[in-house]
Amino acid sequence: MDLTFSARETAFRDELRAWFAANDSGPEPPMSSTGTREDEAHFAWRRDFQRRLHDGGWAAPHWPREHGGRDASLTESAIYFEELGRARAPLPANVLGLLLGGPTLMVWGNQEQQDRFLGPILSGEEIWCQGFSEPEAGSDLAAVKTRAVRDGDGWIVTGQKVWTSGAQYARWCMLVARTDLEAAKHKGLTYFLMDMDQAEVQVRPLRQITGESEFNELFIEGARIPDEHVIGGVGNGWKVALTTLMNERAGLAFFLQVRLRQLLDDLIDEAAARGLLEDDVVADKLGALHVKAEILRLTAYRGLTAIEKYGQPGPEGSLTKWMWSDANQQLTQLAAELLGPEALVTGSRWGYELLRARGNSIEGGTTEILKNIVAERVLGLPRAR
Amino acid sequence: MNFDFSEDQRTIKATARELLASRSPFERVREAAERGRYDDGLWRELCELGWPGIAVAEAYGGQGLGAVELAVLLEELGYAVAATPLLGSVLAATAIEHAGTDEQRERWLPGLAVGELAGAFGGVGDLVADAADADVIVLVEGGAPRLLARADADVDAVEAIDPTRRYARVQGEGTALAGDVEGALGRAGIAVAAELVGVCQRALDMTVAYVSERKQFGVPVGAFQAVAHRCAQMLLHTEGVRSAAYFGAWAADAAPERLAEAAGLACAVAGEAGREVTGSAIQAHGGIGFTWEADVHWLYKRAQLDAALLGSASAHRARLARLVAAQRATAAAPA
Repeated sequence: MDLTFSARETAFRDELRAWFAANDSGPEPPMSSTGTREDEAHFAWRRDFQRRLHDGGWAAPHWPREHGGRDASLTESAIYFEELGRARAPLPANVLGLLLGGPTLMVWGNQEQQDRFLGPILSGEEIWCQGFSEPEAGSDLAAVKTRAVRDGDGWIVTGQKVWTSGAQYARWCMLVARTDLEAAKHKGLTYFLMDMDQAEVQVRPLRQITGESEFNELFIEGARIPDEHVIGGVGNGWKVALTTLMNERAGLAFFLQVRLRQLLDDLIDEAAARGLLEDDVVADKLGALHVKAEILRLTAYRGLTAIEKYGQPGPEGSLTKWMWSDANQQLTQLAAELLGPEALVTGSRWGYELLRARGNSIEGGTTEILKNIVAERVLGLPRAR
Repeated sequence: MNFDFSEDQRTIKATARELLASRSPFERVREAAERGRYDDGLWRELCELGWPGIAVAEAYGGQGLGAVELAVLLEELGYAVAATPLLGSVLAATAIEHAGTDEQRERWLPGLAVGELAGAFGGVGDLVADAADADVIVLVEGGAPRLLARADADVDAVEAIDPTRRYARVQGEGTALAGDVEGALGRAGIAVAAELVGVCQRALDMTVAYVSERKQFGVPVGAFQAVAHRCAQMLLHTEGVRSAAYFGAWAADAAPERLAEAAGLACAVAGEAGREVTGSAIQAHGGIGFTWEADVHWLYKRAQLDAALLGSASAHRARLARLVAAQRATAAAPA
């Protein structure tokens, strides 16, 4: 057991810290609570910062060198996301392309597809979004109804997608659609890259409870996808989608963990400044969140070791997202309790965080689904109903 | 970064699990508990294997291994809820080794390390673990530990709700353990947390086995989400306290500058996790879980007494919050 970082990992962290020190992302533009114009400024800020990351060779250290990455180990990748969070820098604008799309292409894409798409993902020149969920297929992904029908050397797609983050800025959509109505539920699916730049794809931003719009509805009415944008072969969409989903949480956990820590530290500072820590009840509540944040960090590191040593995540790997969403919701609620009115004003940081945190236990797998997964796959309980 | 046991530590763990499974199945635990006695045969065997001295320095007759190896053994002890005075003995030895004088060490450690002497550890006014039959007792009052030989201690044996251990209320002057008190108490807390990891894991394993077998409405009850989600929550607690206890044990051995923080974390989380997981185990077993024969109650009872030994979780949490605030204030202050 050794919870220190190796010389190589420390050098990686030092180099990264030096880079962040020299490349401040600047103040975060406010998210909109009333419309979309400010959201665009916010996205532009993230896109600009991704370009700088890319110029510095830091857009995707977890990618192989041949594709513009740094061959970073899992631990180094965790360090990268911790440092990104610590520098209070934004997640790269094309986070879905970097974390999901690129790695999926590296597994399932052919040479032409890799040559065409990986570069613009890395630079942020082309933004990617993820078209999996549908109104009738949320947690039950295999129930997708969006249809792709063969048409000459391509496909015509009709259907609807929802919760599509960043679609309003995206050029490419990782789209799962049904290509075979006869085949069993999982088997009739194909994974496409859909060009968002066509009139047959309409994007309607969904306004969240925060007032801003991160995600969207997609209305697809006869959109065209050429054959060369099928990823992993016709009828193989379920397997390809699983590759995408398996990449979903790996690195992000460390970014989120650091963000939670920062929010908590800021709240502790505010509480201390107001003399609230002298109150045992307040100190207890803040301490409880400190405990949760530390347990999350340690458990995430245990998960990393499990993957590095045994090639697959242990039980702890399934728990960190649940721990994080739970802690972040409690933290923002406590902030509202301790700071009172100023945390409840529209446009205030804590007011925003309080509302945004409600999404944490829904996005990327609801806590209920995570509990099912833990029960069935980790504990081996019979399939729940 | 390698947050996992070494091969040797894994071997110790597997061997301990196997030994306790064969020597201390629940029938033996129940028998000892019902007689209000320790399992003397098991205790002799553990002593021959050197368990009480695993973390005691070789100079004092111990095996000279570390807090991680001790945690490994205590986890398995908790998993078996074995009826032995091991916990009190290793906690007393830890306190004496880290906060005692050379003279105190020489007087007590060799006997404790081989099990010729039994130790106890706990707070003034509390039920002191393993004190009823102890030769030497470490008594903590207001964060200050002191050492009492049996002859100097007023020991009032108490039948606690956990009958797998022999508890007592203890009074007496004794002599102060004045060395590295924070380190000694931190290590003790981490050791108790390690036992609770095993208690939680056993409660979870028993529950998963039971709800996978027990059928109602034609299906195993573990197929109902209300039950399945309870089990998932038990795993969340179990893995959480495991992370804290292992981190603490590692810090005790390899990063003493992080020991205080790590011990605070382990103490803050372990008691509540233990109570929560073992209480959940009873609930998930239904009516059977409330019976004497079902054996899950031994875990619940052990968790309650271990949690009491760790002290108030809310006090630990409040201390941690103030510690973080103080560290941040120091870091922010101009040099």
